Parts: sequence; structure tokens; C-alpha cells
Amino acid sequence: MTDLIHGVYTEGEKIADTKAPKVPVAGMWEKRKMDAALVNPANRRKLSVIIVGTGLAGGAAAATLGEAGYHVKSFCYQDSPRRAHSIAAQGGINAAKNYKEDGDSVYRLFYDTVKGGDYRSRETNVYRLAEVSANIIDQCVAQGVPFAREYGGLLDNRSFGGVQVSRTFYARGQTGQQLLIGAYQALERQVAAGTVEMFTRHEMLELIVEDGRARGIIARDLVTGEIQTHLADAVVLASGGYGNVFFLSTNAMGSNVTANWRAHRKGAYFGNPCYTQIHPTCIPVSGDHQSKLTLMSESLRNDGRIWVPKKREDCEKDPRTIPEADRDYYLERIYPAFGNLVPRDIASRQAKNMCDEGRGVGPMVGDFRRGVYLDFADAIKRLGQKAVEEKYGNLFDMYARITGENPYETPMRIYPAVHYTMGGLWVDYDLQSTIPGLFVTGEANFSDHGANRLGASALMQGLADGYFVLPNTIRDYLAKGPFPKVSEDAPAVVEARTAVEERTKRLLAIKGERSVDSFHKELGNIMWEYCGMERTEAGLLKAIDLIRGLRAEFWRNVKILGSADTLNQSLEKAGRVADFLELGELMCIDALHRAESCGGHFRAESQTEDGEALRHDDQFLYVAAWEFGDGESDPNQPGSTMGAPVLHKEDLVYEAIELKQRSYK
Amino acid sequence: MATSTKSDPKNMDLTLRIWRQDGPSDRGHLQTYEVSDISPDMSFLEMLDVLNEQLNAKGEEPIAFDSDCREGICGMCGLMISGHAHGPEKTTTCQLHMRSFKDGDTITVEPWRADAFPIIKDLVVDRSSFDRIIQAGGFISVNTGSAPEANAAPVPKQKADRAFQSAECIGCGACVAACPNASAMLFMGAKVTHLGELPQGQPERWARVVSMVSQHDHEGFGGCTNTGACSVACPKGIPQDVISTLNKDLRTAMRQGG
Amino acid sequence: MATTTLSAPTARKTTIALKLLMAVTGAFFVLYVLLHMYGNLKVLAGQEAFDTYAHHLRTFGEPMLPYGGLLWIFRILLLGSLIGHAYAAFTLWSRAGSARKTKYAVLKTAASAQWMRWGGVAILLFVVWHLIHFTIVKPVINVDGPDAAAIKASPYTMVVASFQLWWMVLIYLLALAALGLHLAHGVFSAQQTLGFTQTPKARARAKGIGNLTAALVVVGFAIPPLSILFGLVK
Repeated sequence: MTDLIHGVYTEGEKIADTKAPKVPVAGMWEKRKMDAALVNPANRRKLSVIIVGTGLAGGAAAATLGEAGYHVKSFCYQDSPRRAHSIAAQGGINAAKNYKEDGDSVYRLFYDTVKGGDYRSRETNVYRLAEVSANIIDQCVAQGVPFAREYGGLLDNRSFGGVQVSRTFYARGQTGQQLLIGAYQALERQVAAGTVEMFTRHEMLELIVEDGRARGIIARDLVTGEIQTHLADAVVLASGGYGNVFFLSTNAMGSNVTANWRAHRKGAYFGNPCYTQIHPTCIPVSGDHQSKLTLMSESLRNDGRIWVPKKREDCEKDPRTIPEADRDYYLERIYPAFGNLVPRDIASRQAKNMCDEGRGVGPMVGDFRRGVYLDFADAIKRLGQKAVEEKYGNLFDMYARITGENPYETPMRIYPAVHYTMGGLWVDYDLQSTIPGLFVTGEANFSDHGANRLGASALMQGLADGYFVLPNTIRDYLAKGPFPKVSEDAPAVVEARTAVEERTKRLLAIKGERSVDSFHKELGNIMWEYCGMERTEAGLLKAIDLIRGLRAEFWRNVKILGSADTLNQSLEKAGRVADFLELGELMCIDALHRAESCGGHFRAESQTEDGEALRHDDQFLYVAAWEFGDGESDPNQPGSTMGAPVLHKEDLVYEAIELKQRSYK
Repeated sequence: MATSTKSDPKNMDLTLRIWRQDGPSDRGHLQTYEVSDISPDMSFLEMLDVLNEQLNAKGEEPIAFDSDCREGICGMCGLMISGHAHGPEKTTTCQLHMRSFKDGDTITVEPWRADAFPIIKDLVVDRSSFDRIIQAGGFISVNTGSAPEANAAPVPKQKADRAFQSAECIGCGACVAACPNASAMLFMGAKVTHLGELPQGQPERWARVVSMVSQHDHEGFGGCTNTGACSVACPKGIPQDVISTLNKDLRTAMRQGG
Repeated sequence: MATTTLSAPTARKTTIALKLLMAVTGAFFVLYVLLHMYGNLKVLAGQEAFDTYAHHLRTFGEPMLPYGGLLWIFRILLLGSLIGHAYAAFTLWSRAGSARKTKYAVLKTAASAQWMRWGGVAILLFVVWHLIHFTIVKPVINVDGPDAAAIKASPYTMVVASFQLWWMVLIYLLALAALGLHLAHGVFSAQQTLGFTQTPKARARAKGIGNLTAALVVVGFAIPPLSILFGLVK
């Protein structure tokens, strides 16, 4: 074994994307589509694809591949594909339509996305994303997605999340819902047509890799507990992000990393796991009982003004009684050009700084008041209450319901919360992971957002991957098939199946003292404290230790009641938390190794004099793709055999865009 | 009720009567539990989380209930709370907060009851009948890649707004749960109105309604008696007039020999 | 999960088609009830006017129609409507029953569906009694009043004799209450079923029409028996 770096990881060979054609980005996607092999329509039925997850990326892909005539098996843990968490995205979806004639273009969307990602994304993938963005809007409108319209009947746009053009399409505050319902309906149409087989309340628990190719999954029917084997010619993971490693996040309760992590353990590299986005406009935590955080669209920052009192002693006062002169509109003060529309990471970190200075507002949580004001008084004065209601009505209602306060009268309180994970399984230009036949789309992959994602880009990526990218690239892979039939008792299948059965048995047999949730909360606290908005070497090393200890305790002391052959929500959660306990460690290792600040990853050791993120392009201009390090089976933690991970660097090459230190001043 | 020391005077002690049912074939029964020191800032489901932690600690299997996004949009949660679908406020169960209750209250919690929503366990029901109604026609047939330019067909704002309002349906099933006939007309009306108001939805408009309503009936939902209980229970406030549109569309389809 | 979508759905076989049948037959009933009410109010104009009106109903359309022809056409249409209305009602009722076999332990929602159903049954029972009373058997109920021959000779005499009894008035008033409730919801419901209520404004209007129809019918029908009971009409 090679020497451990920082005592926790080793470094391996560099990797590179070999699929992007060697032509300028503008013609690259056309060339790739042209080069990709075709599959005769008559042969498509014989080719099967498993798709895990039914959000925008998975649902759209399942529908599109079904329409093309492939045999698709679609899986989701929810009771219906329509519940996937894409549904909760509020703000909008970007597209380079330039309907406002304000200077937008494919290139500008590409540029903004790369810059927003703090130059840590792969140019080629991002350009393609911008390129297909306009098609997404056409597709969705044709499906009946009710985007906001102007009185003339044409589509409306707004500017969103730190960009200076209006390219965001939206459906009040429910854009994700409307887009997902569009994809869901397209998917159900294919279910009716018989091209897609739908498996709801099924969770993927293992990947089957046979002869070096991903050939299927082991899934548990969450209702009957049955462990099932599903085989196919290719597997697509569209299972979303892993923000729930923090316990409190804006993700859905069931969002998890298990599908990704199981694939990672089987050989898929994990790209940039430490890149986490903290969303600045969430409703603050109200107490220990909190089970999740609620995001409010950052479109609120278009009209709301963010401030805290200048004086600490004003923090407890009714905000309406604090005179203008005693308010600190800190984003407008520090960043006059962008004001309240600075990127998410800056807005989040500044909010934290204000609270750390003791100028936070709202109830005391721990030692701090964790909240800043988001004030609409000016907007209401300028636009009238009706216009504000028209734009943000449902967000205001949501806020009022959760907090019991009326935001039309008193300023809202907001605080940052974990929202999105830019990291994910490493994929090439074709969205194929390091395991042939395993494709990863949407938030589950690492590819498009670099170190930070711009607002209204998650929906864009999910649908771009699902409708337009994957169906074209997977075709090239499937054209080589059908692959030799895998029998249910092939050693790889039996091994995967047995692993799932034994793991389930083992979890139920522990019969310890602590609930799954208590472990999850503790893990979340460790992650938030040491691997959250601000990270340090010492903190991360400590976190790695703490997580290892917690993981060992989990496998010794978790208490799961009930049986494996019925609906058992504790058992489901336990499996997910077990994987989070491994992922958490990898995230800390990644954050530890990346001794620079970039995008959502802020290392306290690497900042400018003004306290801004300081990149080190000379050392870190690469994607960190982590290979799972198989460890010795430890009798003290029989469920986890995690060893030191191996770092593979993919150098980032910027040809179309010039590297710049980001500045929003 | 067990005496408790409250950590905050605003906190509550409550008696819960909760439906427990081991599986689809079990008869099921209402079981009484006590919870104490419940903060008014908790959501209803967080209160159930607290109870489940207690049960787990006592060695009693936690209560199964559905929830996912917990921000009122995915439609996964849904409980009948003291006779009201999603409880006394106009919202989803996950967005119902305990400040809607008083110290000492007794709260009865039951699953959605409809034969088209069979119970899986405790408070969890199977709503796949909704998916099958959508499969029957709740879509616009447009293959990926075949869409015309998005601004090619302007939509009058009024129609766009009504389509949007109808499209707000989250498919939670509260309309069915509250309906005296366990009818899913509001769910269906919402979809038929959403797609029917848009120019893109016109080609399949009449076939869609016939197909969806037939599937609805086939699933075993009841017929509509226009009581409006659905609309009252709907967390998204989908108005009863979408059912009128559904009826009108079916009548038109019938005239056209559908 | 395999889908069980239907292969050849037809609009005519749906629950909404049943509701349409109910709405159309119901609308015909409303029309009939209003005409009937108009006729009843003739009692206020005295014996001659009322009896002439009753006679006229039978000779209407002669000689194109035979004696009582129009009345029979109406009766057949009414019977047809009754069969249609009741068939739809009972079918939907039974569907609703099997759509929720396990009831809620606690339920707090509008119960007007139950009112419609049991109210409908009450009205049906009343109609049977009403037909026996005034059309088919015409029994002598008011023993202190005119004899069977006088009753059969003059509808006016029959009506007045009946409603001089307080309990008879009470039966009719109870039936009217049931009819009023049935109409208040039913008239709105029919408009909703026919698709006339696609905006909040239209829905409010439809509810208004329902309540107005109910009020009109209750008041219009209650006037003659009450007038007789209190001796305003003799």
C-alpha cells in the first residue's frame, strides 16, 4: 500500500474524459451525436435500461427512452414517480432563449454557469447544457407545462440568482412541480404504452456488475420486503443528491445516497463529494424537533432587501421599530454591483458572518440567533401589495404557515441551509461513469455545476440530461448490445443479492439502544459543524475521527424494530444512514484534500484579505474523482469495510473561457 | 393523562388515537397514545416523529406514515386528523403545525379511507390508482424532440392562469379522503382543466376525458355528488369548478360519440 | 406494476353520464313542479277556476290529443324521468357505498350527499302517497267533510277537505321541506353536472338559482294548504 496522505487517502492515476470530440465546444455536441452509433428501431425493444429515480433527470429519460422504443424499467422509493424531490424546486429554469433581447446567448449562459461554478466544472459538458437549454422550454411547453405568461400570451422571464439577464422561465413559485408533472405525465404515457415498467416503492440496494459492465440492480420492494433482482443492458442512476447527510437540509425526508454509494463501492468514482451548496434563503430552525428545512425560492432576493441591525442590542427589537439608519443592508454595502443578488455561497456565508458577529435575529438556537431579515417593505411600497402577492404569494403563505408570522407586515427571517450537492458520481461527456454501462444523470452526477450551482440551473440540468443528452449518448452504448444474457444465478448476481440480504439481516440483528434518527442527527451535526459553510484542516480531521466512531457505534448499537418482510420505515432509514456514515467521511476527506476555497467549498485557510474565497488554480484545477478503497473487514463494524479512498485527478482544461478569480464586488 | 413537566408554558400535552394496522389483511384498530411537551412550532409529522422515537425506545414498532418533501408540495403525506383531511387548516399534513391544537386535545389520526386506496400498513395507503388515471390520458402526447418553438402558440393569460391553478394539484388524495363518495373527480377535473385550457391540450381533449373518467370508475372511486367537500379539503384550494369543466368536457365527448 | 387501463372506454358508461341523466331528469322534474305549483295556486282563485283548470289540463290539445292525452304524455315522461333519476341515484349510492367500505371513526365533512339520498327517498315515498291521495284512490280522509262522490266530482272540494286537517298539512309541509332541501342542492348540482359552473362567479350564480328555486317552490306550494288550514280558502 502506498503512503497515506493526511493519514486518510492515497493518490492514484489521473483520469480524463475521452468521449468529448476534439473540436471547438460550439460544434462538439453535434459531432458527438453524429458519431454516436444508431440502434435500429426494431432492435430497441430487445434492449433494456434500468433507471433509478423518477425526478426530472430520471423521469424525462425514462419517458424519452420509452418513446424511442427501448424496454425501460423505472424505479422510485416513493409511492408515485410524481413525488420525486425535483418537485420542490421553486424558482425557475434557465434557458438561453434571449426572448428579452437583453444580450443573452448560449455562450453567455455557458459562461455564467462556468463562472458561477467558480471554474471547477468541465467546459464541454456545460456548453452542451447551455446549448440544449432552449429545447427544454419548447418540450415542456408542448407537454402543457403552465409557465408564467405575459398579457400578450407569450412566455415571461425573470432574472434570477446572480445573473444580469432575464433568462429564467418560471411557473409562479412551483416551477419544479410543473416541470416534474410534465415529465411524470410523459412517463405515465409510456407506462400505458407498455414501454416503461414502473416500480414504485422500490429501493435500489445494490448494483450488479457482471463482466465489467453494469447489468442490473438488486431492489427491495418496500411494501413486501421482497429482495428482487432486475437485469438489463444498461443502468442509469438518476437518484438525486446527498444533502441529507447533514440530516437537516432542504431535501426530502427520503432523499439518500444509497444508489450512488452502492455503485461507488462497486467501482464508480465519486466526483468532488465536498462541493455542497448552502442555500441562503431558508426558513430558520425553530428547535430540536426540526426534521427538515424549508427553502424559499431565492427569487425573493430580486425584490426583498437583506439586512441585520447595526447594533447588537437591536436584535431583539421588533424590526419595524428599527430606523433606517440603524439597519445594515450588508450585501448592498459590501457588493454594490450585485447587492442582494450575489451568488448563493456569498449570500450564505455573509449571513453566517453577521450571526457569528452577534447581529443575528430571531430565537436563540444554541448560542446564536440564527437568522437575518429579508424585508419586502420597500417592494410593497414600490410595486404595491398586489404585485408582490402575485409574484411571491405562495412563498409568503408558506412562510406564514411555518412561522406563524405575517411577512407582509414584519420582515421575513432567513438563514442558510444545505440545499444541493454539486458533487456526485464521476461521469464522462456521455454521462457514463467509470463502470461501463452505468450512466448517471442530474444531481446524482458531478458534471455541470463545478463548485457552485447557479440558481435555476438544477432543473435545466436534470431535464437536459433526461430529455436530450442521455438518450443520445446511451444509444452509442446500447448499439453494442444486446449484451450476453446474465442468468439470475450468475456469481455476480448471487453475490449482490446475498450482500443485500445479509446487510438487512445484520441491521435487524443489532438490537441496540439508539434509534436510526439519533445517529443521523449526530452525523448531521458533525457535518454541519466541520464540513458546512466553512471548513478547516483541523476541523475536518476531527470530523473524520468522529464519523468513524459514530459509524462503529451505529453497527453496534442501532435499534431497528419490526421485520424485513413488511413495510419497515426504520429499516429503510437505517440502510440509508449506514451509507451516509461512509459518504460523510469521504466528503470530509475531499474537503480536507482541497486546500483552497472555491464556490460552495470554503476553506478558512484560503481566503482573500476581504474574506472572499481564494482559489488556487495552480494546484487544484482538477476534478477530484475518488475510488472506493476496500478496507479490511473490521469485526467491530461488520457492516462497513471502508478503507482509504484513492484520489484520481481529472485536469480541467479551459479553452473557450479564460480563467478569472471570481469577483462580485 | 400522564403529568409532565413542560419545558415551555406554550407546549402541549396531547392524547392521540392512531390507527394501527399490521398489513392489508389485518383488521386494524385505533390505539391510544400520550405525548407531552409538544412545541407549537412543531409540524404535525414532527410530533409523530417524537412519538415514534418514544415507541422505538419502548420496543414498540413505530407508526408507519408517508411523508417526503415536508414542504407541502410532493403530495406524499396525508392523514385524516380528527375527521378533517390534512387536519383543520387548509394545508398538507406536513405543513400543519401544532399551534393549530390546544393543550389537552384528543386527536384521532386515521389513514385516507377509500377502497381505491387500499391500506398498506398503519397510516400508509396505496394511491397507485391515481397514476393509472393519469396513464389513461392525463398527458399531452408529444415525443421528445418533436416540440415546436415555445412561443409559437401564445396562450391568453386568463387561460394560462386557470391552467396553472388547476395544475397546482399535488395528487395527495385529500379530495378522495374527504368526499362522502370517495370520488376522485376533483383530482381528475384538475388535470382535465389544466390540459384542456391550453392550446397544446386540444387535440386529445375529448378522448382524454372519456378515458380518464372510465379509468376512475374502473378503479372503484365513487361518483360525484357536488358537495364540494373535496375543494374544502384540497390543500391547494383547487376550486370545484374544475369538476364542472370535467363534466362539460365529458358531455361534449358524448355528443361527439365518444 | 402492470397497468389495468381499459381498452375501449365509452362516455355513456361513466358515472358522469349517470349524473347527466340525473341532471336532465331532475331538470324536467323542476319544470313539472313549477307547473304543478302554478296549478295549485289556482286554488286561491276559487272553486270554479280551479276545477276548470283541472278539467282544462285534460282537454288540452284536443282534438289532436285524446281526452287527458297531454296529461298522459306528461305522466309517461315523468315516470321515465323517475326511473332514470332513481336508477342513477341508486347506482351512484351503491357505488359510493362500495367505494368506502370501512368508514371513518371521526368525520367532519359536509353531509349534503346523505341529505340528498335520504331526502330523495322521502320524496319518493311522499309521491306514492300523494298519488294515492289525489290521483289514484282519492280516499275520504276528512270524515267530517264532503263524501266520496263530491270529492271525485270536484278536485277543489277534495283539496280543501284534505287541508282542513292539520296533520295533513303537516305531512305536506314536511314533504316540502325535503323537496326544498333536495332542490337547493339538486338545482345547483345539475348545473354543475351540466358544466355551467366553470368560474367562481358562475358557481355562485348556480347556487343562487338553486336556493331561489327551492324558496319559490316551498313558498308557492305552502300557500294553498296553509290558506285552507287557516280558513282563508274555504
